[in-house]
Amino acid sequence: MSEVKRGYVRPLDIKHGRIDLSHGSGGRAMAQLIEELFAAAFDNDYLRQGNDGALLPVPVGGRMVMAADAHVVSPLFFPGGDIGCLSVHGTINDVAVMGAKPLWLSASFILEEGFPLADLKRIVESMANAAKEAGVPIVTGDTKVVEQGKGDGVFITTTGVGVVPEGVNLSGDRAQPGDAILVSGTLGDHGMAIMAERESLGFSAPIESDTAALHGLIEALLASGAEVRVLRDPTRGGLATTLNEIARQSKVGMMLQEKALPVNPEVAAACEFLGLDPLYVANEGKLVAIVAAADAEKALAALRAHPLGARAVQVGSVHEDPHHFVQMTTAFGGKRIVDWLTGEQLPRIC
Amino acid sequence: MKYIDEFRDGELARGLSVAIKQAADPSRRYHFMEFCGGHTHAISRYGVSDLLPDNVRMIHGPGCPVCVLPVGRVDMAIRLALECGVMLCTYGDTLRVPASDSLSLMKAKARGGDIRMVYSSADALKLAQANPEKQVVFFAIGFETTTPPTAVAIKQAQALGLKNFSVLCCHVLTPSAISTILESPEVRQWGTVPLDGFIGPAHVSTIIGSQPYEFFAEEYRKPVVIAGFEPLDVMQAILMLVKQVNEGRAVVENEFSRAVTRDGNVKAKNLVAEVFELRRQFEWRGLNVVPYSGLRIRKEFAEFDAEKRFPVEYVTVADNKACECGAILRGVKKPQDCKLFGTVCTPENPVGSCMVSSEGACAAHYTYGRYKDFQ
Repeated sequence: MSEVKRGYVRPLDIKHGRIDLSHGSGGRAMAQLIEELFAAAFDNDYLRQGNDGALLPVPVGGRMVMAADAHVVSPLFFPGGDIGCLSVHGTINDVAVMGAKPLWLSASFILEEGFPLADLKRIVESMANAAKEAGVPIVTGDTKVVEQGKGDGVFITTTGVGVVPEGVNLSGDRAQPGDAILVSGTLGDHGMAIMAERESLGFSAPIESDTAALHGLIEALLASGAEVRVLRDPTRGGLATTLNEIARQSKVGMMLQEKALPVNPEVAAACEFLGLDPLYVANEGKLVAIVAAADAEKALAALRAHPLGARAVQVGSVHEDPHHFVQMTTAFGGKRIVDWLTGEQLPRIC
Repeated sequence: MKYIDEFRDGELARGLSVAIKQAADPSRRYHFMEFCGGHTHAISRYGVSDLLPDNVRMIHGPGCPVCVLPVGRVDMAIRLALECGVMLCTYGDTLRVPASDSLSLMKAKARGGDIRMVYSSADALKLAQANPEKQVVFFAIGFETTTPPTAVAIKQAQALGLKNFSVLCCHVLTPSAISTILESPEVRQWGTVPLDGFIGPAHVSTIIGSQPYEFFAEEYRKPVVIAGFEPLDVMQAILMLVKQVNEGRAVVENEFSRAVTRDGNVKAKNLVAEVFELRRQFEWRGLNVVPYSGLRIRKEFAEFDAEKRFPVEYVTVADNKACECGAILRGVKKPQDCKLFGTVCTPENPVGSCMVSSEGACAAHYTYGRYKDFQ
């Protein structure tokens, strides 16, 4: 019996290689990229099935949550993280704020011709680490390559699936007059980390992105037994936009206390310098929780006991308002609206 | 934050609030115009008007560079980008100003115009150096604060021998706008805009100094207090104005002495005089054509003048008939007096320029204060 010897395949030249159109053509080059880079990094039983889709067990009981998130951040690498871990954290958080335990992720890559393989490897490894740390495997994915000039290095879309346990009911329309508005920590760290990194400003500050997976923190909060009505992660548009969304959904008004808002001094200074408002700057590892007033202390204690919620505070409360305004008592002593973000405060940040 | 928090201190604000209430004569009303959009923004953002007694009212002035830019000037910039194929560099706020044909610079960008948002004239100059094959035009707008950096960019372009950089100069002058308001029939004859004094510009005054306002104080008997852009600056200035009115004085006082001198920044003023000269007239939104109120590039620097380099001419375009920006910029009307405010005209879909810039009276009231309209 003769044995057909498999031809020698030169491994990917990660150090000097670059993405070319063949990596998206569906041929051997693509298979090699997937095998040596993606599959090697993300390795798990579902991925190893090697089929077009992942075959997953149907969870028993509960309801399922599915959330998708596209990531187009520029720059791709920034202090405190990169597009890779951001794309894992972002989707896990979207699933977790529904009160769900995140189970699986998918990841799709749009790569630009000419993108260095070394950078792609760094991103993929960062995703793999983030998924591993969070205990949520990436079970399926896709890769496409676009011609040079038609992308911006790499775009990543992730989808997450999770299961909401019985008894957990979180939704943006459940905030009630009297409820307390809590945040899990400082505002604006991610957005300002990105801005500080942008070369065009010639501006540097020791600000790190807060990108983190929040499902552990959320689990701890829900386990405290506090009556939690709404959870959100205030990403693009910052806390202001998130609260306006909730106020509209729940048909309520809100009153914030400017003095209570936690903002790192470096972020406050950078915002001041650039004329930005930290209320509108993105976060990638912070939680907004709207809880029954009577349970505010219990919820805060649970949040503060978790490393990601050490600086949790109450920043305001919910009240009746037919106009659904989010307002703020300024530290100065006046009052003002905290409105929806108009236009775009920052370039691409997530 | 050091040097910032001190000027936003709630305790001090309460103290000043009490002092203003005590100083204000309950038998009369006080109407002060804050000329600058920066003050308008501070008043709205920090809720300063909540700390003032009912008989002290602030009137928003025309000092918002984006707001006073007439449609025809934005049209010129759009034509430069779409028809002349230049890379047009502009400050961010200008992107959303409504222009003719339902366009704005942002919409022109979506139609393929190469329009870049820059933070300074120096950024535009860098883009010109980095793209020698493209003609780069800097859309220069603003009062005396932004004029010196434009002058520097032109001088640098000359020193570098750049052949692909030019400036669409739309710089305007603060004193001309103040004169126009003081000479307006609403103030002089009809008394529909009662005006007891001005809060003078902060940043503009760092350049031109406090001296140019002395004329208004003397000639028109209106007190002027130059104030910084922090909310405590504004409160202190209001207290100083109330006292001047009570004492029957009308002089220029300087609350912003940490940055403003009587003569201003002489070096910057000389630079501006070297590069720019007065236009015979310039059209403002709201104030119409104001004689000697705008600047153009001197002929010694003509090669950097986009109006000379490209075939674009200024054409007057009427504002939307229902839009009250003109009256609002003159202090004749308040944003909430406009039928379009908050309905057709919002920050997302601005009809008039006052709804565009965060310094605009309409945008400031919509964004920070419109809850008061429902109380």
